[in-house]
Amino acid sequence: MSEQDGFTERLRQARTRQGLEQSKEPAVKTVGTGPWGIGFRAGVEVVSALVVGIAIGYALDHWLGTWPWLFLLFFVAGSAAGIMNVYRLFKPRGGRPGI
Amino acid sequence: MAAEGQAIDALSQFALKPFLGGLGESVRLSQSNGHMLIALGLIAALMMWGTARRAIVPGRVQALAETAYDFVHDLVVGQVGEEGAKYFPLVFSLFMFILVGNLLGMLPYAFTFTSHIAVTFALAMLVFLVVTVIALSIHGTHFFSYFFPEGAPKLLAPLIIPIEIISYLSRPVSLAVRLFANMVAGHVMLKVFATFVVMIGGAAGIFGIFGAALPLAVNVALIGFELLVAFLQAYVFAILTCIYLHDAVHLH
Repeated sequence: MSEQDGFTERLRQARTRQGLEQSKEPAVKTVGTGPWGIGFRAGVEVVSALVVGIAIGYALDHWLGTWPWLFLLFFVAGSAAGIMNVYRLFKPRGGRPGI
Repeated sequence: MAAEGQAIDALSQFALKPFLGGLGESVRLSQSNGHMLIALGLIAALMMWGTARRAIVPGRVQALAETAYDFVHDLVVGQVGEEGAKYFPLVFSLFMFILVGNLLGMLPYAFTFTSHIAVTFALAMLVFLVVTVIALSIHGTHFFSYFFPEGAPKLLAPLIIPIEIISYLSRPVSLAVRLFANMVAGHVMLKVFATFVVMIGGAAGIFGIFGAALPLAVNVALIGFELLVAFLQAYVFAILTCIYLHDAVHLH
């Protein structure tokens, strides 16, 4: 029986070496592959938050006639939101999974 | 179409044309819509053919259908939890539509409908609206506490709430732009290197033939890379949908 157990253990080790054994908790890979993928993800997050911030500021200014003050305010808020997005991208899950 | 004069025309591949010539023109159907219909047909055929026999030992098509089903099911249940299984049809439809669309675009003469931001943004807005409606229907007005993390000082509320709202609204934009930009970048690169093959090959006689081998090799590698990207982007879209659904169901 012990021979059998030894075999199971060796088989498991061999499978792990060959990359066949999946780890119990598969890591959530929402970040792309390689440095380019990660950089691209982070860039998209910043730009999209900035675009939304600028759009809101521009629309509010257009509506209220306060150009350019709300635009500037929401530009800054959009940048902050973009940085929050990137922070959530790399924050390990468990707390609040953001993006 | 590839190289007119010496200019590299890498963007005309994204132009919309009538599907099947005169037939598409008469019903105002572009080749983008045509390829969406083809993708839907392929997915329906795969799932219907794959589940028709219900063999104990699956054949190729059944194995493919079951793998796709299991893959997305594990994704949804793993990310959202057991109660998230009811959102499986949404995620599965989105994943298969984007995956088949991306892969369809890899075929010669085919059109990649996911390379149009109108298409990806419509899909992203669908996800965004569905997730918001789910969150509102589960949590009611308590949903709005999502924009203010617990334990943060009340004094910072005017600062945090606009930033959180912008961050929330940026989700569909980043979801759409990511898929769109990846597909466009890949197909532009393929076109550029394919044009190099023709330009170098046609330019310098016997040396040109050898010179053209380099961009051709790059293109072969790029095709493999694009197949990876096609799958990866569909996967990223699906998993982000799951993460948003998790947020909608559990709030924090």
